[in-house]
Amino acid sequence: MNKRKKTGSIMLALVISVSMLLSACSNNGGNTGGNNTGGTNTPTNEAQNNTSGEAGLAAEQIFRMNLHAEPPTLDPGMSQDNTSGTVLNAVMEGLTTVDKDGNVQPGMAEKWEVSEDNLTYTFTIRDGATWSTGEPVTAHDFEFAWKRVLDPTKETPAPYAYQLYYLKNAEAYNTEEIKDASQVGVKAQDDKTLVVELHSPTAYFLNLLSFYTYYPVNKAVVEANPKFAAEAATHSTNGPFLLTEWSHNESLLLTKNPNYYNADKIHFTEVRMSIIGDGNTELSMYETGDLDWAGRPTGEIPTDMLPTLKADPEANLQIQGIASTYYFNFNTTKEPFDNVNIRKALAMAIDRKAIVEKVTLGEQIPAFGFVPYGIKGENDTYRNEVKDSYFTEDVEQAKALLAKGMEEKGLSKLPAITVTHNEGEGHKKIATAIADMWKKNLGVEVNVQSQEWGVFLTNRTNLNYDIARAGWGADYNDPMTFLDMWITGGGNNDTGFANAEYDGLIKKAQTSADPAERMAAMAAAEKILMDEMPILPIYYYTGIWMQKPYVQGVWIDYSGEIRFNYGSIAEH
Amino acid sequence: MVRFIATKLMYVLLTLFLLATVTFFMMKAIPGDPFMGEKKLPPAIYNNMIAKYGFDQPVWKQYLTYMNNLLHLDLGESMKSANRTVNNIIQNSFPNSAKLGLVAIIVSVIVGIALGVIAALYHRGLIDALATIVAVLGVSIPSFVLAPLMQYFFAVKLGWFHVAGLKEPLDYVMPVIALSALPIAFIARLTRSNMVEVMNSDYIKTAKSKGLSKAIIINRHALRNAILPVVTYLGPMTANIVTGSVVIEKIFGIAGIGKYFVESVSNRDYTLIMGLTLFYAFILIMARFLTDIAYAAIDPRIKLNSRGGGS
Repeated sequence: MNKRKKTGSIMLALVISVSMLLSACSNNGGNTGGNNTGGTNTPTNEAQNNTSGEAGLAAEQIFRMNLHAEPPTLDPGMSQDNTSGTVLNAVMEGLTTVDKDGNVQPGMAEKWEVSEDNLTYTFTIRDGATWSTGEPVTAHDFEFAWKRVLDPTKETPAPYAYQLYYLKNAEAYNTEEIKDASQVGVKAQDDKTLVVELHSPTAYFLNLLSFYTYYPVNKAVVEANPKFAAEAATHSTNGPFLLTEWSHNESLLLTKNPNYYNADKIHFTEVRMSIIGDGNTELSMYETGDLDWAGRPTGEIPTDMLPTLKADPEANLQIQGIASTYYFNFNTTKEPFDNVNIRKALAMAIDRKAIVEKVTLGEQIPAFGFVPYGIKGENDTYRNEVKDSYFTEDVEQAKALLAKGMEEKGLSKLPAITVTHNEGEGHKKIATAIADMWKKNLGVEVNVQSQEWGVFLTNRTNLNYDIARAGWGADYNDPMTFLDMWITGGGNNDTGFANAEYDGLIKKAQTSADPAERMAAMAAAEKILMDEMPILPIYYYTGIWMQKPYVQGVWIDYSGEIRFNYGSIAEH
Repeated sequence: MVRFIATKLMYVLLTLFLLATVTFFMMKAIPGDPFMGEKKLPPAIYNNMIAKYGFDQPVWKQYLTYMNNLLHLDLGESMKSANRTVNNIIQNSFPNSAKLGLVAIIVSVIVGIALGVIAALYHRGLIDALATIVAVLGVSIPSFVLAPLMQYFFAVKLGWFHVAGLKEPLDYVMPVIALSALPIAFIARLTRSNMVEVMNSDYIKTAKSKGLSKAIIINRHALRNAILPVVTYLGPMTANIVTGSVVIEKIFGIAGIGKYFVESVSNRDYTLIMGLTLFYAFILIMARFLTDIAYAAIDPRIKLNSRGGGS
């Protein structure tokens, strides 16, 4: 295994050098190896009502932001990354939307009925919902769009098809267990009525409907041109903004959709999105007034600039928690990390406060659990209802646990530990700081190793590591999006962790329709996760951005996505 | 001449073929694939994708398929940018890189030669010293340092230019300076030393003694010989500017081909890696090829025989 890894890195180095030819610099855009998740965002959307004051709007309502990277696709069914999602959230709309407080609001559906057993939803499509090409948006468009995403024989399969597995028979159809698409739980009864059947009761289903995988596509347009989403000219949209211009890798221009049902509440006449990959350039453009917004979620503010920007009131730097967690994986199948006391000792022997205050500098919150702040619980947020007081930082106790663990393993000295992280200055600094803390507090020998993104992921998936860096963000607003990944054999469980009791609690929460019972089961599961400690939580992410003081009604939602549909520019 | 060109072209094709083969197999040997991510796809969907792109086939089969498509000049569809072909990406982005690159090349040659000639004419004078300083600075400051410095002073502090983009003619100023600083310095040094040498040669002295005007001596007799080495340098310089623009394109947010190139490797966008590598290689090899021909045209001493190899 080790040898393979080494060969891999050598080959990689060779390919990079050959393909870069004479170029001396291989400055990685970093969007794949990013600090958070490879590509997800969350089912939430805009508020219907503008919360900001309407008084004193500037004559020119143009919002300028940076996308950092080219959206890989603007086909909502094919999309799986937050750059595409940011654009899609403005130019398209699903059955529901979500307001600033996280509450579900009507979108393309004006109303819906839910059956007694919480399994059947009947939606009524609103009057006046139209495609940019003029046709009305119908229930048939939704049925077509969802089945298209699930179609396993589609020319290019949809990577996010599993976001639709909540529908009855969706998974079976997508994995070719059944061939008959008509058995999938979505049916247009007529142009206005869409009947949706679920696999099992899902507390957050209405929330999910605002996510782009659930967006409709214009059946007539897609059937005529399957590659409709590759260019602005051939796209058909139904959201508050029109996709007017898409200069690939350069910029996008969105203009207000005059036929949008809520058009009188939309203030921006234009949204100009530039595509600048360099964080320093983005910052300069913000300073010169070429951008109204910089940083989170699609841009990037260089960490070394944070202290300066924080001290500068002109910069108007904003920091807000986003539902994502930064942590380390333990390889629980490898000695000595198969010992829980050794894992716990390592988790207790680091100073998280020092990491967030001296290394990451973004006011991140030290994490002692796995579910971050901002995720909904039963009544309040989950983290407020279930405190993450599962363990504390205590060097003395850590030493005792380490001694106990080594005795259990029959070790007199802990072998050298390797912490593996994907390339990135930030990851390297964090790993190095933690390695120093372990050396100082526990006297263990630690190596820090940086690996290229693809190499890193392959090694982590194959459990070819000691301790590996990881990050996870919410797919939807429920603790389940963080907890179901640790079930035995789970696709994203890169630790080898297996616990039958944990699996049982997750199953219970997944099938229960009683909110209190669900939350209790998930809290119990998180406690097991922290008692067994296959992962070492470090901090909860924050989103960092700057916005010009005259930008109002634009917000960052619980998961760190930008919502600008109902924004405006104040007089300035 | 025909034979000279034909032989050269054969080498071009052979090089491209070898490069395609080596890159293909090395690329396949790197761990990872285009469908990986922090959040993994469910196995069924993942296998479906793998099968769709033929990655479940043996590598040699994939290679044959690729080479067959390549023969038809079909570079395939990008795996990251859905629905966009590599051909389409190149068509869209290369003009931007080419425009910037051409301006940078022209500026480098004109400014470089002018600086070199002036320095040589005022050999050991103040102007020579100044030109040397410019040359040393140009060689020693890397473009990725020069570019943000210019952005900071000229765009943020003085507000003369836009920070990024290539929409107006003025937008070319900073990226072109960043790209041509090094070639200018190099060409100036090369021209100066050759000029000094040529100006001291016997035939120039003869021309002078015949009473020809200074302008005629320089233009007709001295410069022609002095810039021959510069022509040799044009090939590698074009290469440097085209590939060097990877960094400059990122800093100035230019929608060129370099941006795609860097990202394609980390995305494991196989078709895009292959397509852009071959395209770059083609451009670089052609630049050398044209240099060889230009060199032969300028210097009649070079025989147009089937002298293979590189220049």
